[in-house]
Amino acid sequence: MSFILELWKFLRVRKKFWLLPIILMMVVFGGLIVLVQGSAVAPFIYTIF
Amino acid sequence: MRILGLSAYYHDSAAALIDDGRIVAAAQEERFTRKKHDAGFPKNAIEYCLRANDADMHDVDYVVFYDKPFLKFERLLETYVAFAPRGFSSFRMAIPVWLREKLFQKDLLRKSLKTHLPDFDWQERLLFSEHHLSHAASAFFPSPFDDAVVLTMDGVGEWATSSVAMGTGSKLEVTKELHFPHSLGLLYSAFTYYTGFKVNSGEYKVMGLAPYGEPKYAPIIFEHLLDLKDDGSFRLDQSYFDYCTGLTMTNDRFADLFGEPVRGEDDLLTQFHMDIAASIQAVTEEVVLRMTRALAQETGSRNLCLAGGVALNCVANGKVLRDETFENVWVQPAAGDAGGALGAALCGYHLFKEQPRPVNNGRDAMAGSYLGPTFAQSEIEQRLTDAGAKYTVLEEGQMIDRVADDLADGRAVGWFQGRMEFGPRALGGRSILGDPRSPSMQKNLNLKVKYRESFRPFAPSVLREDVADWFELEADSPYMLIVADVRPDKRRAMSDAEQALFGIDKLNVARSEIPAVTHVDYSARIQTVHADTNPRYHALINRFKDKTGCPVLVNTSFNVRGEPIVCTPEDAFHCFMGTELDVLAVGNCVLAKDDQDPKLKRDYKDAFELD
Repeated sequence: MSFILELWKFLRVRKKFWLLPIILMMVVFGGLIVLVQGSAVAPFIYTIF
Repeated sequence: MRILGLSAYYHDSAAALIDDGRIVAAAQEERFTRKKHDAGFPKNAIEYCLRANDADMHDVDYVVFYDKPFLKFERLLETYVAFAPRGFSSFRMAIPVWLREKLFQKDLLRKSLKTHLPDFDWQERLLFSEHHLSHAASAFFPSPFDDAVVLTMDGVGEWATSSVAMGTGSKLEVTKELHFPHSLGLLYSAFTYYTGFKVNSGEYKVMGLAPYGEPKYAPIIFEHLLDLKDDGSFRLDQSYFDYCTGLTMTNDRFADLFGEPVRGEDDLLTQFHMDIAASIQAVTEEVVLRMTRALAQETGSRNLCLAGGVALNCVANGKVLRDETFENVWVQPAAGDAGGALGAALCGYHLFKEQPRPVNNGRDAMAGSYLGPTFAQSEIEQRLTDAGAKYTVLEEGQMIDRVADDLADGRAVGWFQGRMEFGPRALGGRSILGDPRSPSMQKNLNLKVKYRESFRPFAPSVLREDVADWFELEADSPYMLIVADVRPDKRRAMSDAEQALFGIDKLNVARSEIPAVTHVDYSARIQTVHADTNPRYHALINRFKDKTGCPVLVNTSFNVRGEPIVCTPEDAFHCFMGTELDVLAVGNCVLAKDDQDPKLKRDYKDAFELD
């Protein structure tokens, strides 16, 4: 819960509410990927991850 | 007030502790876990920092993390949106990592810290600094200056890839930033990838390779890859790069531009790769010089502080120093992300809690960067005995005399003394030493001791008072972050046949009185050794000078390729037994290889994943 609250505060301070639908979509898509995939291992490109 | 700074979860996790503004301890997690660039929670480093200050978590007032994960996630999402539908493969890899772990870093940190102290109010006392602000703080607050311009450059933090900040007293304000994907660090990493080295660790190799080549591709880089302005700001043409959307740094268009494919790890290094390395090095220097010249003009400041991964490019630093647009240049020795832990703690103390800066009396506050673990003589003896080592205990003067004799006789010596260094360089605390006058020393150390590529140069440690007699440098360079040339009168004239050699063949030609530390272009990455920060190392070089007339030693980090620098006497003994090091000096204990039990020798060459 505190995480959602913090995320909300973050979007408010940064004035980035337009990211919210994208975040929700990504949570859904990402959630599917997480479910399908066995493990989450970051490849070694630190720029993005 | 005690503040603990942390960096973790990307690469080079570290912890640093400051006590009323004084830096009391700092260490990288990799030194304890023996896993290079360890990105895990720095549990061991934290424990060490607290132990070194006779404290526990109850005594810590605030913990400051070195960057802001939500801002990073914002950049990640906006980048995917900007490039969609390209980038799906990268998205597929990244999102699970974020959704499972990285997005919840605050909780993760809180949970990890709670294992140290369950009843601590982490909601109030766990703070976050921005990545480049942490770098800037690590460069300015420990510097010897009351006011300075602070330039930070690296791959990327949250959004910023370079930043400029103005520091005055205990204030530090970021005034401008260059944002992702336009990044000098990533441009250098793209070429690191293209020349077949590992991103984020092979950049040193590109820099070391550059003097073997000619910068003949620099005009192509300026024309096609970046649009560089007079003030050093630039934009990268993303159609040549893959790091925003793919899992590599560069794409086919990049390879077509230079006419060769990406070099495979085991493919031969050719003159082409050396020329490419020389070209990106020249471009980097030009960008950095434009930035520093513009900043000097804009601000009128006489002092410059540097941090961020690009500030580890000591060749560029040397050019900035010799450019003399700034009278004084100070580079944070832990300029990479590990140093972010220190910067975060300093941000917490001076910027968030508005505490004054301790008086430095014109000296930097890094104490020679000797901020890591140390071991008492009795503990060293106990640990070496337990490891099965055979050693002789000598008085300090005798030990120094014996090691100086061994060095003068051409032996390779492991030198483990006092506190471990914070930052990527060994500075005479955890070093391998050799005689720089020996023409075969560089090759032998590379191939028989370090097990690394033969083209890589070694750095000299020189007595501060003698530096100007041997190198074209008048300033302090205690952290090995400035490159300067060997003085002309110490160089050796090369014959026509030797001049005609090119590439790595040049390396085998002795180019000066100290060939082991003279690169093919007569440059050297200099460490000035000061009696006040490392008296024992200073005394050793002095003794070596008495015997040989040469106040210089070869100094390379005490490890083999792919291994973190040794931390404990046992690590040192294992490395000693796994390589062709001849002598090991740990505290007042001296170990000769011939005295050791041969059964304790181990295959060390393949023990670590290559970097």
